[in-house]
Amino acid sequence: MAGRRRDTPVSPAPRSRSDRVRARADPAADGAGPGEDQGIRLVGVTRRYGDVAAVERVDLAVPPGRRLAVVGPSGCGKSTLLGLISGLDEPDEGVIDVLGAIGPAARLARCALMPQRDLLLPWRSALANAAVSLENRGMSRRAARAAVRPLFARFGLAGAEDFLPRQLSGGMRQRVAFLRTFVAGKEVLLLDEPFGALDAITRAEAQEWLRATLEAEPRTVVLVTHDVEEALLLGHEVVVLAARPGRVAARVAVDLPAVGSRRELLATAEFVGLRDEVLAALEQGSSASVEPGHL
Amino acid sequence: MTPRPARRRGAWGLRRWGPPAVVLVAIAVAWELATAVLGVEDYILPAPSAVAHALVDRWDSTLASATWVTLTEVVTGFAIAVGAGLLIACALHFSRTARSALYPWLIGSQTVPVVVIAPVLAIIFGYSLTPKLILVALLCFFPIVVATLDGLSAVDDDLRRMMRTLYGTRWSIFWRVELPTALPSLFTGLRLSAAYASTAAVFGEYSGSSDGLGHVMRQAVPQLQSALVFAAILLLSAMSVALFVLVTALETVLVGWAHEGKSTNR
Repeated sequence: MAGRRRDTPVSPAPRSRSDRVRARADPAADGAGPGEDQGIRLVGVTRRYGDVAAVERVDLAVPPGRRLAVVGPSGCGKSTLLGLISGLDEPDEGVIDVLGAIGPAARLARCALMPQRDLLLPWRSALANAAVSLENRGMSRRAARAAVRPLFARFGLAGAEDFLPRQLSGGMRQRVAFLRTFVAGKEVLLLDEPFGALDAITRAEAQEWLRATLEAEPRTVVLVTHDVEEALLLGHEVVVLAARPGRVAARVAVDLPAVGSRRELLATAEFVGLRDEVLAALEQGSSASVEPGHL
Repeated sequence: MTPRPARRRGAWGLRRWGPPAVVLVAIAVAWELATAVLGVEDYILPAPSAVAHALVDRWDSTLASATWVTLTEVVTGFAIAVGAGLLIACALHFSRTARSALYPWLIGSQTVPVVVIAPVLAIIFGYSLTPKLILVALLCFFPIVVATLDGLSAVDDDLRRMMRTLYGTRWSIFWRVELPTALPSLFTGLRLSAAYASTAAVFGEYSGSSDGLGHVMRQAVPQLQSALVFAAILLLSAMSVALFVLVTALETVLVGWAHEGKSTNR
């Protein structure tokens, strides 16, 4: 983890060019309302696939620069929720407001999505993978890579720039995938079980790394996970979803002492208490969905 | 956490070309011995030495120009097939309408027997280059279209969604994700087509031509010049193999990343 500095903020794209490109690519004007600083807000959001409601009447709010963790059993519509927020998908009912953007295209312009699998392009080096969003915005290959190169050291990836994804370990690949998401320069990061594919030890390392990175570079984050510890470590607030249909079962504000290491933090009474609270809510949520007549 | 360095193998060395060369020599020797021991007449089955003789004796008078004519047909026809195949595949990929309107006809085009269409083309276009090019292109473009189309639609949907959140437009996703993903599959189609190309050219020449390896064979068979026929076959095979090797070499350069251990960093 050495070599990462936390002081200076990262701005991956040269400002003038990116703003110009964004002005062209961003149809935000249509859906932009007042209140740029209100973060993400979901009101009464329902999404059905056929007769089955994936999520039902979900209300969520994430203040700007804060991180919301969503936990729930599989099939509770966690990924659906991210698709809806990002603008890739539209709700059947309810309103989604992402930093003032209501329409799907406008939301899409503000969100970057990091999926569970790294989905790195196998023919591109780590550097070229991380730079792909800049190339999508019209920057030349050379300029895009030059802009991203300095970030590698800061993201604990020094030396990995020129390796192909298959030459990197799972943990490194996931870091490159996060860097790629980050480089897009969006205000909102949507992380869909970002470390779900990693083994427990690598995942712990990656969580600590992401926590430190987001402390240094705050973004508005919605993190979806089935790992309660991950939710508590990375989220300022944890929302528990119950399954079938996905709906909010509990909200837990995370207020943890500023302890140094992950191990120490996990051992504090506050953390143990919160974990129990979330686990209890999960237990309740899953037993509720088994009740007869609910489906 | 330490990245592994890239490995490089001598893919073009002795390990690759040694075994097939040994097989070739073994077959030639066995063949030569068999014809000598069994006393097979040259016009029934010529010995490899007789074929080599014919190859050298008839090179200047007949085979050189015939090879050149057929090579032109194969290469030009193949190039047309690649261009048309890629164009059609992309059109079908981008437009659902084009796909539903054209795909049945593409399959239909492959049900027309070459044996029948070759003479018809010869009637229409005479002994010129055109009917051969049409035949080669007709036979070669189909595997390219199917393989490319398959490759283009093999892209993970999650990857497309993610790219859209990273400013990916329809075009940039095609260029940066779909096309590279389709390359290995595209090359499978190209290699299949490369194997068909020379057969198609010979078919065209059989149906009406004044030069070319097919023409040479057509003339030599009734005259029982079997050694010359075999020499022509040898040249034709060499042409196919050369085209195949060329395509494979291009594949190694372009999609080395898909083959474990063969590529290095870019």
